[in-house]
Formats: sequence, C-alpha cells, structure tokens
Amino acid sequence: MTDFFNALTLLGNFLIIPGLTYGSQLALGALGVTLVYGVLRFSNFGHGETMAFGAMVTILVTWGLQSLGLSIQPLPTALLAIPVGILATVVLTLLIDRFVYRYHRERKANPVIFLIVSIGVMFFLGGLIRFIIGPGDQIFFDGTRFILKAREFKQMTGLNEGLSLKMTQAVTIITAVIIVAAMFWFLNHTRTGKSMRAYSDNENLALLSGINPDRVVLITWILVAALATIAGTLYGLDKSFKPFVYMQLLLPIFASAIVGGVGNPIGAIAGGYVIAFSELILTFAYKKVVLYLGPDNMELESLVQFLGTDYKIAVSFIILVIVLIIKPTGLFSGKTI
Amino acid sequence: MSFLLGEQMTGGYGAADILHNCSIGVEKGEIAVIVGPNGAGKSTAMKAVFGMLPLRKGQVMFDGEDVTQLKPEERVVKGMGFVPQTHNVFTSMTVEENLEMGAFIRTDSIDDSIAQVYDLFPILKEKRKQPAGELSGGQRQQVAVGRALMTHPKVLMLDEPTAGVSPIVMDELFDRIIEIARLDVAILMVEQNAKQALEIADKGYVLVQGQNRFTDTGESLLANPEVRRAFLGG
Repeated sequence: MTDFFNALTLLGNFLIIPGLTYGSQLALGALGVTLVYGVLRFSNFGHGETMAFGAMVTILVTWGLQSLGLSIQPLPTALLAIPVGILATVVLTLLIDRFVYRYHRERKANPVIFLIVSIGVMFFLGGLIRFIIGPGDQIFFDGTRFILKAREFKQMTGLNEGLSLKMTQAVTIITAVIIVAAMFWFLNHTRTGKSMRAYSDNENLALLSGINPDRVVLITWILVAALATIAGTLYGLDKSFKPFVYMQLLLPIFASAIVGGVGNPIGAIAGGYVIAFSELILTFAYKKVVLYLGPDNMELESLVQFLGTDYKIAVSFIILVIVLIIKPTGLFSGKTI
Repeated sequence: MSFLLGEQMTGGYGAADILHNCSIGVEKGEIAVIVGPNGAGKSTAMKAVFGMLPLRKGQVMFDGEDVTQLKPEERVVKGMGFVPQTHNVFTSMTVEENLEMGAFIRTDSIDDSIAQVYDLFPILKEKRKQPAGELSGGQRQQVAVGRALMTHPKVLMLDEPTAGVSPIVMDELFDRIIEIARLDVAILMVEQNAKQALEIADKGYVLVQGQNRFTDTGESLLANPEVRRAFLGG
C-alpha cells in the first residue's frame, strides 16, 4: 500500500501539479488568442510577444518596488506590479491597433493579411523588448519559495517520495481560476460582454442592433492585454523570464486554442490543459512509478519514457496536426466566442 | 404622403443599376408586400429603403423626415426595424440574449418588451434559455422578428420571413405579422409565397426588373387576371 501512495505522490509532484500550472498558463494565453480570433477574426501571432511585453513592464516595476523595499511577503512582489504591467500593455495594444490593425480593418482586409501583419508586429515587439530589457534571463521572483516542502511532506506522511508545492505554482493556479471565472462572468452576464459575443457571432446583425463595433474592438484589446500580461508574468515567475521563450510559447498556445476550438473560450481553457498534460504525460520518465507498482526486486534498464523531454515542443505540434486533420473545429466547435 | 416612402429609387451595388425609379411606401398599421419573379430586385428595393444600398437618385422619407443619408443603424434608432432573410439571429446566444441584444440601443427597462414578445410567440418563452442556433427554422424566424421588435419600431421590414419554413408555420407567422400590424406598426415585407402574402396585404407591389409593374391593394392584385397569369401561376 505504501508503494501505491509513493507512486501517487511521485505522479502528483512531477505530473499533476506541474501540469495544472503549465496548463493554467497556456489556458490564459490561449484565451487571449481566442478572443482576438473571435472578435477581430484573425490569428494574432503577436500574442506571445504581447505576453512578454506585459511581463517585462511588470518586472521593471517589480525591481522598482523591491528597491523601495516594498513587498507583500510571502507573496511575490510581482503581483503588486501586475496592474501597472496591464496598463502599459493596454496602451501598447491600443496604439498598435490604432496605427496598424485599424487600417486593415477599415479596408476589410483578408484574414491572411492580418495574420502576416501580426507576424510583423511580433518581430517589432520582440526587438523592442530585447532592446529594453536585453535577451538574457531575468529573475524577479521573491517571497516564500515553497508552501509545502518535499522534506516536510515526507516527515508528515512517512513516505519515501515527497510532494512539494511551490508558491508560484499555487499563485498561478489560483490566479488562473479567478481570471477565468471573472472572464466568463463578464462575457455571459454583462451587457458589454454579451455585445462582444453578439459581435463575434454575427457582425452585421450586431450593427443592426446598434452595437458599436469600435467599442467592442476597444474592450477586446483591453481584455487581451490584461490576459497576456497576467499569463506572461505567471509564466515568468514560474520558470524564468527570457524574451525568446515567449516566441516559442506561441506554438503550444495556438495548439491549445485550436484543440479546444478557436474562438471558443471554454475550448481555449480545456485546450490549455490538454496540451500541458499531453506534453508532460508523453515526456515523463515512469521508471520509479513502475518500480513502486511492479513486483518487488523488479529491475528496469530504461527510463520508461514515451518521448525524450527534448521532444516536448513536438508534442503540441503533433496534436495540432492531428486535430486539424480529424476535427478542425476543435473539441468545442469554435468560430464564435 | 406615406408614413414610410422610398421615392423614385435608382441605384445598385456596382456600376449597373438594379433599381430603376422604383417607389415603395407603407402606412402605419398597414401591411405592404413586395412580390415579383426571381431577380426582380425585391430584396434590393427593401434594402434601399433601409439604407443598405447606395442610391444614385431618389429619396427615402420616414415619418415626415428625409432619412436618405442615414446609415442603417441610424435608421434603427429613428424607429425602423429590419429582419434580414438569412443570418438573422445570434446562433450561439440564447433566445433571451437575442432579445436583449435587439434592445441594445435602449437604456430603459426592457422587461415589458420581452414579455410582449413572449406573448406574441409563446414558444420562445419555453425556449428562452436555449441557443437560437438549436431552434427549428420557424422558431428561429420568430426569434428574428422578436429581436427586431425589441426597439418598438414604427416600421418593421421583413425580408422573406417564410423562406424555408413549412406551410403551417408560414400561416402561423403571417397571423403573427397581422397581429403586429394591429399594434399600429407599419409592415413592409418581401415574399416568395406571393399568393398567400397578397391575401394579408393592404398594399402590394409587383416588381419586374427593378421597376414598379403593378401597384394596388392586395385584393385587387389577386383579382387582376394579368397578375394572376404572369406572377401567381394562374
């Protein structure tokens, strides 16, 4: 029986908690991508860099607060800095919309043109970010590192394996739950949220109903900027902040949005967890788990791993391809928000 | 002069005109029906009245005011309601949300109007929490009409409201439209089912190639042998 609990703890520590954390980060990122797709009707490749920009401003403000000696122990100071990061990112997205996307929107440009323009925005933002904060790793985490340490868990339970819960993991999961709940409440229960859904569903009928498209676009960018900043900061807190990483995050984020059904917020969230857990389940080394659950004196040569961790990024790519071939509308048939 | 009148309308989407000196009008509490063969410009004439077609000549008068230069959404604020032929409901939203969106321009309480629509279309009350996209064709049309009624329009324009619904549902919809007209709303509609539509019409317009061919009361048009032979199948 102890072996069973040891195996369970092992999975919890290395699979379930990291999966929930990573999944939450992807879900928040995918929610932003899906909102842009649903309302503005294009795939926003600049989203990864928007996340990086929000995280960068948050980091700069965090450093400022730290040098002033301000903190909210045991929570990371970055949480205090996030509102400023959101504000700066809102200004950025609105400026980009005003000077880049609006031009194409007024000409009713093809979605492909929007997509290419957003790639341009991605490179521009990437350059801007590296210009301001540099290409290197930035560590801005402070506060208590662990809520539950592996050693304490072992002492508590008497098991061989330890279960640890990092502060960043708990903060990520709890924040994601709050943000997602707030988002759904907004979309389903406020007049403005409903008008966004209506605009996403049927633009012409929304116009006939007197819904102002400029206002819908404005609110969408504000929400997207907030989601991107929060997702980017949480990811940076949990791993570390490195500008190039956010560009690579685009693939799992788009995979999440598409797997769930692009344009569908519930799909984006489900997709985030599907991708996160697929990556972890397929690249996790089950050797110790098998040893615990197998007969005594069992010996294993291999790591019992489906794929090496180097292939992590390939997992989301493969899932993306499979979904696009078998069910292009995704699990929760997308298209509208 | 009519309550709503599109006068001598000439225009089209591109270089070629679709409408040629076409005039359409309707009075309060009246039902006016536009009929004619395929491609006669019936829907185009209605869209022109609603401002969805650029006019080269002619004007649109509504409630004693020249609205020719107003955009469709501005005409909605003035009191015109429009039900497009297709894509006329928010499919992913519930019936009730559809009605709420119809009343988006209003700032006062809309509960009475929702209750009024439910009185008119009782089935919608039953289905109010269901996404409009899951309803049958006839029920969807009811949602579409209900959505347009939420602004309390003085004139309601319907583009083929009975397209793709069964004859029973069609009769039912026509009955409801008569009821709406009794509330002193002017109704202008385009219909494929010319015979049935003219039976309930106070005024009928037969269009051919973007021009007025016959204009009379519904009854007289039905009695006119030439109209019967050419447009009503004998």
